[in-house]
Amino acid sequence: MTRSAARAPRKEAPTAASEPAAANGRLAVGRFTLDNGLEAVVIPDHRAPVATHMVWYKVGSADETPGKSGIAHFLEHLMFKGTKRHPAGEFSATVAALGGQENAFTSYDYTAYFQRVPKEALKTVMRFEADRMVNLVLSDEVVNPERDVVLEERRMRTDSDPSAQLSEAMAAALWMNQPYRLPVIGWEQEIRGLDRNDAIGFYDRFYTPSNAVLVVAGDVTTEEVKALAEATYGKITDRFRPKPRSRPAEPEHFAPRRVALADARVHQPTVSRLYIAPSYRTAKGNEGHALDVLAIILAGGSTSRLYKALVIDQAIAAAAGGYYWGAALDPSRFALYALPRPGVTLEAVEAALDAEIARLLAGGVEAGELERAKTRLIADTIYERDSQSALARSFGAALTTGLSVEDVIEWPERVRAVTAEEVLGAARGVFDIRRAVTGWLESAPGEAA
Amino acid sequence: MSRAKPATAGLAAVERVVSPGGIEAWLVEEATVPIIVVDLAFRGGAAFDPPARPGVANLLSGLLDEGAGPYDSEAFQQRLEEHAVELSFHATRDAIEGNLRTLAEKRDEAFELLRLAVTEARLDPEPIGRVGAQVLARIRHNLTEPGAVAEEAWHAAAFPGHAYGRPVIGTEPSLGAIEREDLVRYRATAFTRDRLIVTVVGAIDAATLAPALDRIFGALPASAPAAAIPAIRPAGTGRLEVVPLAVPQTTLLFGRPGLDRHDPDYIAATVANHIVGGGTFTARLFTEVREKRGLAYSVHTWLDPMRHSATVMGGLATKNERAREAIDLVASEIRRFVADGPSADELDKAKKYLTGSYALNFDSSVKIARGLKQIRLNDLPIDYIQTRNAQVAAVAPADIARASERLFGDGDLFTVAVGEPVGLTATADAAAE
Repeated sequence: MTRSAARAPRKEAPTAASEPAAANGRLAVGRFTLDNGLEAVVIPDHRAPVATHMVWYKVGSADETPGKSGIAHFLEHLMFKGTKRHPAGEFSATVAALGGQENAFTSYDYTAYFQRVPKEALKTVMRFEADRMVNLVLSDEVVNPERDVVLEERRMRTDSDPSAQLSEAMAAALWMNQPYRLPVIGWEQEIRGLDRNDAIGFYDRFYTPSNAVLVVAGDVTTEEVKALAEATYGKITDRFRPKPRSRPAEPEHFAPRRVALADARVHQPTVSRLYIAPSYRTAKGNEGHALDVLAIILAGGSTSRLYKALVIDQAIAAAAGGYYWGAALDPSRFALYALPRPGVTLEAVEAALDAEIARLLAGGVEAGELERAKTRLIADTIYERDSQSALARSFGAALTTGLSVEDVIEWPERVRAVTAEEVLGAARGVFDIRRAVTGWLESAPGEAA
Repeated sequence: MSRAKPATAGLAAVERVVSPGGIEAWLVEEATVPIIVVDLAFRGGAAFDPPARPGVANLLSGLLDEGAGPYDSEAFQQRLEEHAVELSFHATRDAIEGNLRTLAEKRDEAFELLRLAVTEARLDPEPIGRVGAQVLARIRHNLTEPGAVAEEAWHAAAFPGHAYGRPVIGTEPSLGAIEREDLVRYRATAFTRDRLIVTVVGAIDAATLAPALDRIFGALPASAPAAAIPAIRPAGTGRLEVVPLAVPQTTLLFGRPGLDRHDPDYIAATVANHIVGGGTFTARLFTEVREKRGLAYSVHTWLDPMRHSATVMGGLATKNERAREAIDLVASEIRRFVADGPSADELDKAKKYLTGSYALNFDSSVKIARGLKQIRLNDLPIDYIQTRNAQVAAVAPADIARASERLFGDGDLFTVAVGEPVGLTATADAAAE
């Protein structure tokens, strides 16, 4: 389930490095912005002599040009292929020899690169990361095999898995216009058509200090990180100022969508429902926080309403649950699912799922379940402090989806303030079947399950 | 913001805590984040399942937090949620493992729920049916999940007639046959103080932990007789098995006998494995399979030392048309490594990575507790975290040569290919060895 960050009234960060100070049990983080526009967040954690270094770019698959799906993710792979100064493999070899670990990931709204290293190695990885922010060099020799790697990744994640194929069809049906309808990895035939020029063109449009966020967590101080950042990222000239991120928006919806995939490989049928829901950035007031609370009450684990009704009381489902994805730049999704037990139809579990939604809309939520849900969400933020990677990810995702550092820090307090009326109001806003898609994953007719 | 003890190279200092009743826990006191993590394990695992009914340990592990003592399933889960306590259990081949995470302020409530789960789980009919249905759903899903199919096929053929050849999760028929009495019998055999391993990390000191250990685990019997599990060497080396599945990609899982965790060459084998197919973007297989040829998104090898056997394993997935090429390439890379060994630079960098990155495994309370549990499961000493890097640093070229030879031998592997691989023919006597 997504523990999402929060919505943002404020955005400006002070230019001088501010030393973190914990207050009211709040998480203490430092922040600064370099002259070239690079924003930075520092999360001190002195328990072990290591650091997590991440650079997040405010670009993801939803920023792609039509017909070029997959280029954001393909470029993420190609960012490991060397620069003018450092040939392919040198960065990775250096990280490994330092005892570091590295990787990268791409989503709809962001692309991020990270290394986890002994703290002494921080400057080295910052130097390499700064270098590839503006100096990437690509040849067909490295681009072509990497395209095959991405095609294998797609075969592994999607083409060999009917439930992943259904998910792609559901996203394409849920979103009639917004680019979240396209898979992050891209459509196969469009991946095949991507080349060096596409990658460099995308890089030149989106990769520059003022379109990036630096997040460092670990055994460091804000002053140390600021000095290192000035000596590395600070030497780069901003290549351009990023344009406002404005994507095609959804039209008004009238027709509920339904998709079904029947495949001989399916042995466990599933019904899934996706509703369009405001993200933290597009939500009004406490709506995003209320949706996170709603997701726990309705679909979060074995004390949730769906689980109790479908899995325990009616015993028609083997599992049932859901999540709210709030960390998105544009309107996002609220998801529910149920797996029927043998002998139970998808119709029956879908009807039971709809009955629980109707019951919640009619009767609202009870004080006890509201309190338990809030307790759990707030405790999760304490547990999250145990993991510097998880903390770094929370801030990176927030700052690349239009939120602020304050939104993340104040998130527990705002969850605490959510009322039963706000949860019901959020549910009424989201549970509109015209703004939803229902997906059935079934065994192929005539096949033994 | 204080660290409990100065630690070597910044790695956690581990304290041995023994309760008045004789229960031992390894503790790292760490109060920066106000949480407590308890990891535990009962040795035995799926290896203790009745041969005709695999899946007992796994099902039991799913039922421990589904009602215990005075609480039925719903009441127990509600208490966990009210106190924001996270409690989970799972079965492996050699243990049932548990993990408890609590806010320090909810320590007593959390420990009480843990006590109930390990000593008084009710095993009521409703959760048995419900959790059984969930396991069945997973088993059915796995029937066409290429990685799961490969894993099951490999172990079934490598460990015929042995507990390691049976799936931890069970099978559709076995799940239908398991009765409450099987669960009760398993628990009586495996949940004993002499099979128990406990590690604790977080905002708690030894004086508080020691009596708590007795409160939580004191009611467990000291020991119970269990059937001995024979040691076994994996079979099938040199064979290829094809499991047809209608997918565009062939998932390859390959392996052969590995080295025991206490073998003097184990650490050298770890270094050799890292160079061949370890987890960095610099490993030979990563370079040859992925970087140069674009054959696969992911390719790895790993050592799997079990309690009664040991393997070295590896895997990748490539499109059906290139499965043959991938198999040949992996084999030739392994043979090249055994014949020529690593370059001095490769060996040096591998040791630097393995020593430098070790601290990354211990940078959170959750990871420290889990890591220490693994160290105890492997019967390694309490100062292992402090001494392990010196063992890696001491690995010499001659050690690598010897360990590689022992690990990879002539390079022959037992390979399972799941998919519709083009030009691959299973070895003739695929049925048994």
